[in-house]
Amino acid sequence: MNHSDEDTAAIFKEEQLARARELVQLMEAGDEVGAGRLIEELGQTHESVLFSQLGKLTRDLHEALNGFRRDTRLAELTRQDIPDAKERLNYVVTMTEQSAHRTLNAVEESLPLSESLAQRAGHLRAEWSRFRQREMSLEEFREVSAHLGRFLEDAERDAEKLRQALSEVLMAQDFQDLTGQVIRRVITLVQELEDNLVGLVRVSGQRLAKPEEGGHAQTADQDGEKDSRGTGPAVSGTSDQGDVVSGQDDVDELLSSLGF
Amino acid sequence: MNKNMKILIVDDFSTMRRIIKNLLRDLGYNNTAEADDGNTALPMLQNGNYDFLVTDWNMPGMPGIDLLRAVRADPRIKDLPVLMVTAEAKREQIIEAAQAGVNGYIVKPFTAETLREKIDKIFERLEQQQA
Repeated sequence: MNHSDEDTAAIFKEEQLARARELVQLMEAGDEVGAGRLIEELGQTHESVLFSQLGKLTRDLHEALNGFRRDTRLAELTRQDIPDAKERLNYVVTMTEQSAHRTLNAVEESLPLSESLAQRAGHLRAEWSRFRQREMSLEEFREVSAHLGRFLEDAERDAEKLRQALSEVLMAQDFQDLTGQVIRRVITLVQELEDNLVGLVRVSGQRLAKPEEGGHAQTADQDGEKDSRGTGPAVSGTSDQGDVVSGQDDVDELLSSLGF
Repeated sequence: MNKNMKILIVDDFSTMRRIIKNLLRDLGYNNTAEADDGNTALPMLQNGNYDFLVTDWNMPGMPGIDLLRAVRADPRIKDLPVLMVTAEAKREQIIEAAQAGVNGYIVKPFTAETLREKIDKIFERLEQQQA
């Protein structure tokens, strides 16, 4: 309660007290009509104070609500950034799923190849040791020699397949960078949302202070900074969809149009 | 092309640095070093006799576009070939990088073949310019 409120209350109390004294006097004097009128007056004054307090509260509430409406950043967050964040997190789920499948496919391709190579090498090693100990007929040796030739051919081919599969596993790890950038962006959004909600609670809880102007300026600064810093992968279905290239071919085309 | 050339890989994600390092090794380039943003990379470039820079764009600290500009502004390293490998895919950003003097631009996700192709192209062009 501020100073003028206290003054008003004191004056009101004084007036009520004066009326009460008058009431006692009137009743002692036996003026019942006058006393009845005064009692009515006392009630009315009380009501009018009550109504003015209620009016003040209503006005405060109205102003606070208008304050929320003026806080456009919060409105923007709920209209654009939060739905975008959902799409960004969906992108993370999709990317991590794809990478896991790419890796698992490569592993499923590789395991039978390495198992078969190991098995055939073991078999040939046994034959080879029989040959070294001269336990092998010429006929048998011809057969083993043919096996060995085929094995070496297959080993060469399968080793290349294994190399390709391992490269695939290597490239599949790129999701960590791409999703990491997107997750960082969502974390920044959550932080901003938290700051705005704290501001909102402060405004609605008490009319101590207006939402800090400084907070908004900072947010705008961060936005500006974020742009030169880069924003990470463009996620479809979000505000990222603007003048964005669709892939490396697009980049090459654009660069060649610039004389590259 | 000199397979012994010294290459600096700049990316804030260590996973991506390892991917690029392995791809380069696959292409025969074994002489690589790594940095996690422009602030770390710039002094390395200024003092390290590097022949080639592969950099990301979106990094905390100094982003790749600022690193590119810093390289072009330093007389000692201004001719260093720079390949940008980044998820930044806005046309205006690609144009910005081109204007800042980038030699090649690859958008993530990319393939091993794209990396080989762009590196070959960059050095072919440099050889033509020198001839």
